[in-house]
Amino acid sequence: MTTVTNKNNKRLEILKTYKIYIDGQFVRTESGRYYIATNSKKENLANVCLGSRKDFRDAVVAARNAFGSWSTRAAFNRAQILYRIAEMLEGRKAQFIDELIKQDSTKTQAEKEVNLCIDRLIYYSGWCDKFQQLFSSVNPVASPHFNFSVPEPMGVIAAIAPQNNSLLGLVSVIAPIIAGGNSCIVLASATMPLCAVTFAEVLNSSDLPGGVVNILTGKVAELVSYFSDHMDVNATVYCEADFATQKMIKEKSALNIKRVLLYNKIKWTDASGQSPYFIMDLQEIKTTWHPIENIGGAKAGY
Amino acid sequence: MAKLVKNNTIKLKFDSVKNFAPAPESKKAAKIDPQYDLFINGKFERPMSKKYFSTINPATEEKLSMIAEANTADVNKAVKAARTAYDKTWKKMPTAERAKYIYRIARMIQERAREFAIIETLDGGKPIRESRDFDVPTAANHFFYYAGWADKLEYAFPNRKTTPLGVAGQIIPWNFPLLMAAWKIAPALACGNTVVLKPAENTSLTALKLAEIIQEADVPPGVVNIITGAGVTGAAIVNHADINKIAFTGSTDVGKIIQRAIAGTNKKATLELGGKAANIIFEDAPLDQAVEGVINGIFFNQGHVCCAGSRLYVQESVFNEVVRKLKDRLETLIVGDPMDKNTDIGAINSKAQLDIINKYIKIGLQEGAEMYQSSCAMPKKGFYCRPTLFTNVAQSNRIAQEEIFGPVLAIQSFRTDDEVIEKANNTAYGLSAGVWSDKGSKIFNLTSKLRAGVIWANTFNKFDPTSPFGGYKESGYGREGGLHGLSAYINLV
Amino acid sequence: MISTKIIPDFLLPPHIDQVGIEERSSRFTKRSIKNETKLNGLMLALNMIDLTTLEGKDTDGKVKQLCYKAIHLHDVYPGLPTVAAICVYPSMVKIAKKALEGSGVKVASVATAFPSGQATRDIKIRDTKYAVQHGADEVDMVISRGKFLQGEYNYVFDEIAAIKEACGKARLKVILETGELVTYDKVRKASDIAMYAGADFIKTSTGKISPAATMPITLVMLEAIRDFYYKTGKKIAMKPAGGIGKSKLALHYLVMLNETLGEDWMSNEWFRFGASSLANDILMQLMKQKTGIYQNANYFSID
Repeated sequence: MTTVTNKNNKRLEILKTYKIYIDGQFVRTESGRYYIATNSKKENLANVCLGSRKDFRDAVVAARNAFGSWSTRAAFNRAQILYRIAEMLEGRKAQFIDELIKQDSTKTQAEKEVNLCIDRLIYYSGWCDKFQQLFSSVNPVASPHFNFSVPEPMGVIAAIAPQNNSLLGLVSVIAPIIAGGNSCIVLASATMPLCAVTFAEVLNSSDLPGGVVNILTGKVAELVSYFSDHMDVNATVYCEADFATQKMIKEKSALNIKRVLLYNKIKWTDASGQSPYFIMDLQEIKTTWHPIENIGGAKAGY
Repeated sequence: MAKLVKNNTIKLKFDSVKNFAPAPESKKAAKIDPQYDLFINGKFERPMSKKYFSTINPATEEKLSMIAEANTADVNKAVKAARTAYDKTWKKMPTAERAKYIYRIARMIQERAREFAIIETLDGGKPIRESRDFDVPTAANHFFYYAGWADKLEYAFPNRKTTPLGVAGQIIPWNFPLLMAAWKIAPALACGNTVVLKPAENTSLTALKLAEIIQEADVPPGVVNIITGAGVTGAAIVNHADINKIAFTGSTDVGKIIQRAIAGTNKKATLELGGKAANIIFEDAPLDQAVEGVINGIFFNQGHVCCAGSRLYVQESVFNEVVRKLKDRLETLIVGDPMDKNTDIGAINSKAQLDIINKYIKIGLQEGAEMYQSSCAMPKKGFYCRPTLFTNVAQSNRIAQEEIFGPVLAIQSFRTDDEVIEKANNTAYGLSAGVWSDKGSKIFNLTSKLRAGVIWANTFNKFDPTSPFGGYKESGYGREGGLHGLSAYINLV
Repeated sequence: MISTKIIPDFLLPPHIDQVGIEERSSRFTKRSIKNETKLNGLMLALNMIDLTTLEGKDTDGKVKQLCYKAIHLHDVYPGLPTVAAICVYPSMVKIAKKALEGSGVKVASVATAFPSGQATRDIKIRDTKYAVQHGADEVDMVISRGKFLQGEYNYVFDEIAAIKEACGKARLKVILETGELVTYDKVRKASDIAMYAGADFIKTSTGKISPAATMPITLVMLEAIRDFYYKTGKKIAMKPAGGIGKSKLALHYLVMLNETLGEDWMSNEWFRFGASSLANDILMQLMKQKTGIYQNANYFSID
């Protein structure tokens, strides 16, 4: 018996195909296009899908479909799923560290980033069933009505993740979106997309329903206008400081009065990179009124 | 089987209902000057534009006064006054002192309530009953409520401190002139901002009267500036470089223009825009109260209400009964002189708005909907519209989709809960909705599934300073009222 | 005669929202009633009064005095109407009938073990027949509230039907005693039962229980009458009783009546005020309207 080996007489490694993640499925871009992700040493890391507007369109459909059941799911259940995501990430820590190192992190940096991501997911897991209590109110109206205001998820969120902090930025954007019951389409860092796709695998194995998070890879400049003017998107998140892009997002968002969140000043590595206010940014406040019957005791007539 | 009497053979008669002896409120209790200037830096100043436009009483088409038209130079002056007041006085003032000024405004509105009510009705055409019992007291209450927040902001946002935004540019509509001014000014001041406010050109008078109160209350000059004019003046505010925040209430179209206009700036915005609220009656509803809620939902303020319940959905099993009750109730509505204390429906705010409403009534007829209007007598002069119901309406009718902003109700039937939820949400808007049922669990299903910022269950068109108001989707963003209304005027640090 | 055999299922709960009905009823009080509208309204209210004395200490003398008052409300004011009826216990019917002869003022008698209604059915029927035999034009019965609250709606229904039969030509007013029913839902249900069982009037209260008539309770009953009318074509009359002592309040009731049932109900055939002190307050208001001078109660006779 002979085994066929490569020239170094070693087993041939299986290279990973980096696909995009839509509706719980790993698919290639419908456009058939790709780009090569490289690092600072000009090493080719992988062929990555160059996502198209049609990929985005499909992802919005998936996100809209997923929104209904995700938003009405018990907050406690969402908490468990976010916790599960953290567990899965912990279990595959080595792979993420490895990818981050390929994308120019030092080992220490990479370890720190992955640990921070896990902790951030745990942090937001905890908020899933608590922020509502903090930001709700029972309003003492001056009429015989019971009146209360509660946060409700906004809907479908289109987010362009930070281009740096490729994993931490992605996780920091996605976690508050889904903790609050929204669904989303997230465009990963164009320069450092590897972790994003691998993170989709984590999501896929974490009981997160398909379509709640859709992750695309591709170029911001090509896709940002669709992220901003799609009529079935409720809010757009943008994390870079590019002024012209910010302006364009705000202008196009006016088409359906989309909410625009600009996170270019956030230090994702800090404690300030996490708070329930990120969840609240993507919530609507709903106020409900109902009459209160007042019967009992002596009543004066008229 | 015993026979039932067919509905069409029986009709209650309400002709005598409208024959009340006139009970007009006296115009003498309010003073309207022949001319009003701009309120800038604590003083009334003639506009640099040197231009004035007239404001009329829509009920009689008579001229009430001349109003200054602010141009860009006037806007600059107002913003400069606001900026100076912000830097030098208002943001440094102890918060408890700030509160006392706002309380003072609330009290002075209460003291002059009758005068405000009369002017609101003369200038805007709304019934004196509504100005007197709703607009003016609610405006005063709004100041009173937010005054108390001024020195308590540290409790409002867990684990955060707040800072004011700076100068707020505020543009308000003509449907609730004084109340909208209160909704805008009160939280802005409480949070430590200064303001430049522009009322709608048709209804400037009560805002200018409010300026008089602000002057009398000794509020530091420049903290509140009230300038008048039309869209051009508004655009100058929106585009002014030294404004930190735009708060706008008005049409969705203008809201979109504003969002685009400030895209290249760091201005924050809150937009309170249009609506096409669904009001849903289930067969197990308290029907008579539902009918009353529908009437108040669509005919309150002549239907010039962004959250008006303009789409009525009635479950088919009670459809005929509800429509019959609505028609009877329609007959008891008194349309006429807004100054008469018995008037239920006053004048349409302007000729332009009346034309829009009439256009939609025509569209409704062309689309094949069945129209029912009350048989009331109509005043000879002024802008009036009969309260109008349309039945035989489908979701695809324009009168069921587009905001009419008048006393026109589009009625559709539905069969099941899921169908009506889908239809109610089938709109670009999301400001408010109503649901009527005596079954608690059904109410909660509907109130959580309807995508709108305010849900009235077994009631409609209720407002309170403590209760946040604002929309989902194309009805705008941000909330006014209550704890949540503070967010519009602060930075978290 | 229009059949009323289509009887609803009284086990089904009616749906009345308290806050909503009270808001609606307070809206009527916002109507500003002035000049000739006020004058007409006061005259009409006067003409709708069931002048009432229902006391253990009632005597022939007292009833006679009251009857005189019914016809001569305030003779210094020419052109006043009479009240609609005198309302007394069965034992006083005969004396009242005689005192009112030829005046057009009706005699109403409470019956059926008023005010509690705690007697057997045959006693109630005899009580009713006694009143009718002595000339009562109208009978004011009470429903069995205990049975009603127990859910024995058929008992209540049958009892009303039996009394209606005993009334013969006399018109039957059915007193629900709403103060003991407490909720608007129950008031509505009792109204429906009474109307379908044959009531000519539905009436709020005996006057012995507080609260007696209120505007929202009356509105619930007027809406029940309206719905019954649309279903059957049969007009039912309404009588709020107790707690209506002031003319301004009476005018608010008339506004409510007018805007709920319309002008066809605006006469004493279809609406009554069960009241004893209202008449003098209206008279004072009428004199004020006529003279422009505020009045003193001692210038108006008390009977």
